[in-house]
Amino acid sequence: MNAIEMKNVNKALGDFAIQNLDFVLPEGCICGLVGENGAGKSTTIRLIMGALRADSGEIGVLGTDVNSSEFIGTKQDIGVVLDDAFFPEVLNASQIRRIMRNTYVNWNDALFDSYIRDFSLPVSKPIKDYSRGMRMKLAIAAALCHDAKLLVLDEATAGLDPIVRDEVLDMLNEFTRREDHSILISSHIISDLEKLCDYIAFIHEGKLKFCEEKDVLIEKYGIFAGTNAQFRTIDSDAVIYSESNGLGGVRAMVLRDRIPEGIQLEKCSVEDVILNTVKGEKKR
Amino acid sequence: MEIVIRNSGEQPIYEQIFQQIKTQIIAGELKSGEALPSIRALAKDLRISVITTKRAYDELEASGFINNIPGKGCFVARADMGLVREHIQREIEEHISAAVELSRSCELSLEELTEILNIIYGES
Repeated sequence: MNAIEMKNVNKALGDFAIQNLDFVLPEGCICGLVGENGAGKSTTIRLIMGALRADSGEIGVLGTDVNSSEFIGTKQDIGVVLDDAFFPEVLNASQIRRIMRNTYVNWNDALFDSYIRDFSLPVSKPIKDYSRGMRMKLAIAAALCHDAKLLVLDEATAGLDPIVRDEVLDMLNEFTRREDHSILISSHIISDLEKLCDYIAFIHEGKLKFCEEKDVLIEKYGIFAGTNAQFRTIDSDAVIYSESNGLGGVRAMVLRDRIPEGIQLEKCSVEDVILNTVKGEKKR
Repeated sequence: MEIVIRNSGEQPIYEQIFQQIKTQIIAGELKSGEALPSIRALAKDLRISVITTKRAYDELEASGFINNIPGKGCFVARADMGLVREHIQREIEEHISAAVELSRSCELSLEELTEILNIIYGES
């Protein structure tokens, strides 16, 4: 089964539009959603959560159509963390626990308490006195405590310090130890996604540029660094983006299997792939 | 069973897993019939993608080192001693050709080289 399935989805919002979006997140996998500000990541997530209605196309989450009346029930199995914790500011953590207990059928008080302890969050302080990091930790704890099958995180790790971010990544990693647990996470911190994800999806100007296994992505491309003369021996179709540095020669991202033998390529990171794809696109 | 992943090397992660499990099977540290950790459990422990781990297991299966029994998991295949010997023999050949090359470079005769081999073999 697929955790998320989007078929030919279109959604126009003023002068911005999501166009012909086809996306699949297989069950048990972690997918990282990457893209510039305003590329359509949050819109995609809102479509998946049924907060926005698509103009056309189909969206299924955990096997349920998001526009059907059963989707309300399916939401019990989805944990969501948005880029801020939208809890009422006057409440404290123990009051939020009480609300959550009455919202989610499978809410686990003990687990929530243990996360609050682990994150050293103050129990009786109102949310308005929390720092941004503390608010995010609370939101993440709340999303993990109702036995969700799918976690959807939109910029959830933004504003967290590196140590807490690493803890959160570990928690997400643990979460997918169960075969039926899946995660969709959007972030600007690509190195985090590279550590965590099985798949990387890249959205650019409302279109899905690629959704690829992380390993395939890293192996498909390579970084060429060499002289101008060497660079000229490479087929121009194989070059995604190149930068000439004057005396420094040429640096380019290329398709690994199109490169003549004898030319050494450096390994590239997911970040290299994303940056060079965008830059290559702009140049065209 | 322990597997150590290095991010510095040129060797892809799936190949590191493949090599290390293979070595442990040949060395007899993993006995035939022994269950390997599930793909998911190993991936989560190593903090790598499930897909990467699956690829390593697929290669091990294709090379005949492990058996994948659907619904039960992966097990170390019945040791094919011929295959294991083959692997070790190839390694020995590589080492000896290096020794021969070194001998030639300083004009050491075959008798002298055999002499060294006899002594070392006798010692251990």
